[in-house]
Amino acid sequence: MSTFVPNGKAQREQMLDVIGVERFEYLLSPIPDSVQLKGELDLPLPASELELVKEFKGFAAQNSSADLVCFRGAGAYDHYIPAAIDNILTRSEFFTAYTPYQAEVSQGTLQAIFEYQTMIARLTGCDAANACMYDGSSAVAEAALMAVRATRKKRILVSGALNPRTIDVIHTYMDNGDFEINEVPFGPDGLIDLEATEQLAEGGVAALVLQYPNYFGSIEDVQAAADLVHKHKGLLVVAADPIALGVIEAPGRQGADVVVGEGQPMGVAMSYGGPYVGFMAANSKFLRKMPGRIVGRTEDRAGNTGYVLTLQTREQHIKRAKATSNICSNEALMALANVIYLTLTGETGFTEIAKQCWHKSHYLNSRLLEIDGVTDVFQAPFCREFVVNLPVSAEDAAAYMEKKGYLAGLPIPGLGEGAMMLTATEKRTREEIDSFVDLLKQYIKGAK
Amino acid sequence: MEKTIFHYSSPGRIGASLPVLDVPETAVPVQYKRKDPMGLPEVTEGQAMRHFVRLSTMNFNIEKGLYPLGSCTMKYNPRLHEFLARIEGLAAVHPLSSDSSVQGTLEIMYKLGESLCEITGFEATTLQPAAGAQGEFAGLMLIKKWQEERGEGHRNEVLMPDSAHGTNPATSTLAGLKVISVNSDQHGRVDVEDLRSKAGENTCAFMLTNPNTLGIFESNIEEITKIVHDAGGLNYMDGANMNALLGIARPGDMGFDVCHLNLHKTFSTPHGGGGPGSGVVCCSELLRPFLPASTVEKTEDGYKLRDRMGKSIGRLLAFHGNVGVLYKAYAYIRTLGPKGLREVSEVALINANYMKARIKPYYPVPNDDGPCMHEFVASGSVMADKGVKTLDIAKRLLDYGFHAPTIYFPLIVKEALMIEPTETESLESIDKFIDAMIAIAEEIDLKPHLVTDAPVNTPVLRLDEVKAVKDLCLVEPLGQ
Repeated sequence: MSTFVPNGKAQREQMLDVIGVERFEYLLSPIPDSVQLKGELDLPLPASELELVKEFKGFAAQNSSADLVCFRGAGAYDHYIPAAIDNILTRSEFFTAYTPYQAEVSQGTLQAIFEYQTMIARLTGCDAANACMYDGSSAVAEAALMAVRATRKKRILVSGALNPRTIDVIHTYMDNGDFEINEVPFGPDGLIDLEATEQLAEGGVAALVLQYPNYFGSIEDVQAAADLVHKHKGLLVVAADPIALGVIEAPGRQGADVVVGEGQPMGVAMSYGGPYVGFMAANSKFLRKMPGRIVGRTEDRAGNTGYVLTLQTREQHIKRAKATSNICSNEALMALANVIYLTLTGETGFTEIAKQCWHKSHYLNSRLLEIDGVTDVFQAPFCREFVVNLPVSAEDAAAYMEKKGYLAGLPIPGLGEGAMMLTATEKRTREEIDSFVDLLKQYIKGAK
Repeated sequence: MEKTIFHYSSPGRIGASLPVLDVPETAVPVQYKRKDPMGLPEVTEGQAMRHFVRLSTMNFNIEKGLYPLGSCTMKYNPRLHEFLARIEGLAAVHPLSSDSSVQGTLEIMYKLGESLCEITGFEATTLQPAAGAQGEFAGLMLIKKWQEERGEGHRNEVLMPDSAHGTNPATSTLAGLKVISVNSDQHGRVDVEDLRSKAGENTCAFMLTNPNTLGIFESNIEEITKIVHDAGGLNYMDGANMNALLGIARPGDMGFDVCHLNLHKTFSTPHGGGGPGSGVVCCSELLRPFLPASTVEKTEDGYKLRDRMGKSIGRLLAFHGNVGVLYKAYAYIRTLGPKGLREVSEVALINANYMKARIKPYYPVPNDDGPCMHEFVASGSVMADKGVKTLDIAKRLLDYGFHAPTIYFPLIVKEALMIEPTETESLESIDKFIDAMIAIAEEIDLKPHLVTDAPVNTPVLRLDEVKAVKDLCLVEPLGQ
């Protein structure tokens, strides 16, 4: 009898007796013999807790990446996670609970999501937010589909300065023959080419999808993009970095209709790419076009305040083939991590983290530019992330730095052999930045 | 009732300590600066803890009692696996690390994929889908791509029984395919003749949950999958109910070509109040060339992440899947081994059949046709005739300290109560639940208001969902 199965031989016999069968095998009678598995699954024998801890610690020891000093971002960021977050997340009441369909016994989850929606709406400058999406990239794809529903147009303009992985996800979600996706080029300053966008928008579009700051860290002119796409009756969808919004203006205050993004930087472990959480906020006129779960405030029979899942007629379990999305399970526990993170850091702390990311990435940038032959790839102001051109292969430099204990920036071969995109979060100290730059400088000197 | 966190805010309070800035400042150009405050709360760590712990006490959860949600498989979530997934060396790795620096994670991913293929009887896998619905999407896209590659791109119909999960039709729409509903027979199984008449030259795929959403095994499964194959379509299995089949039967041996698994159901990873899940897809060799980016290969130089697109259907997420969830599922498989996994399903079947036998005299089971698998669907229609709806019964169960079953699904059963005990419940807790169901049946006859007024022993009374839609309030107004 395994650790997780309380009914042993005695109970099973007693239960089979009540069922009215003599042997368990009778319960398998609906399964044709021809499809029943003969013999056992070919899997390793069970491991005890002691053995499994050892095995997993062995796996962890093979992950040298966890010990590297991280200057890489590109969609996942190495931020400090306050200890209190995991303490709350691992409470049975939160992590073992199901989706809050039975609202009367799910007020904890529902109210926490209501607070999450409030904080995301405030952070992005939008009217409301949903209860979350799978990750930042799928949230962008869902926002593009939402714009199609809202405008009844089938063409989407996508910034070429969007995370290329997000562009892939948009194609995966939308390449079914019904839609047209046009990529908007970016100029030498690192910002999308508004003139080219204007031309591409002729004839009307469902949406322009922009990243802010964009993939390369350059800060796009959201207001100008909003004015442009609104003129062509489309929506402005902005994929925003949440930490950046602690220093730079909220997209919702600059004309964005839908603001989405990756919630990982707000208290979620990098964990090799997941589980993460996508956020989605929008202005109120688009709420009924939104995908996913939404929590609303209401009253119980005695007039007490309470919370429920609302606007459910948009969803798959009611609307089936006509639903706004097929999403069912989402990333609720990661959204809970976000709301606890935003609560613990709060107005003061969150702003300070955002500022430190700004200052530290600028300091890293200025120190790198001191190296002979290192130049900025783009001239537009950046926030938290930037691309430099090294006078050596960025791939080789990153491989060298890894041996020295650093996860260097991400090589961007599309921008040249020497192009490397870097970030420095609040976790990086001046000493780490200086040592990184000094080592890279020596490497470049030796390699040239 | 607990006030929202914003009510505890006072300027200057903070719940996290930060390092002092140790680099020179660079001014933020004024035209980019955020103009207004964000409106985040300002509280201490202690205040935050008190608030969230208070909220948590208003949640039902698995440690509080039996959670009989049909098709959701609310089983115990082992704490060891939670601990393992949080080991720093596994949790603190950047998704764009070099392969050589994440060999531990890649090895777990590879071995999990291999194990799941063995369990399902398939050859290839993608671990990327974040949830069951995304797994369905991946699976349908694989089939669609395969049809296109062989010059059958015109096939645009997905057949599925009328008892299908809501995600099945929603996913078909997302994939740009048309839903064709197939009737169920009197026992709730696929009507084979109806399927035969609807499968044809436009059939792209057939989607089936097996055991189906009534908890019944599709005994004609070989005939069903053959009909679809003969018509030129492929068979997709929604693996939501895989908890019935571990080590007993495999989708790959039944004629299915692809299936998804909900690791947050069958493989014991926690539901987290709605997620994260993982909707791993396993498929036959036929569909391997089209798998999404981010698959793990074993080579002579160690494990490699294959991130090329090629003929792939593309990318479902930015990165490689809900890896933290994958760690836990692998730990589960390692803890149980082949015998333990089969025992899971055997006991899940015994528990469900026992519950069905004892509940049936009070709540009829309309499609009762021999043994059920891991769940069964009872009907509250007899009670509805007495003025008590299934919703009321569900709410009354909350008063008795249980979670409610899945209700009003599948749509083909009136006043449906879909009950799944799972293998991690003891006979004692199952008996207590049955006793509560019987007590409620008696209340309906004697004191029906107890049921229609329910719940009363919960943090709030029954909530007004109509008001929530009419007076839409989705965020705390600023100034609160």
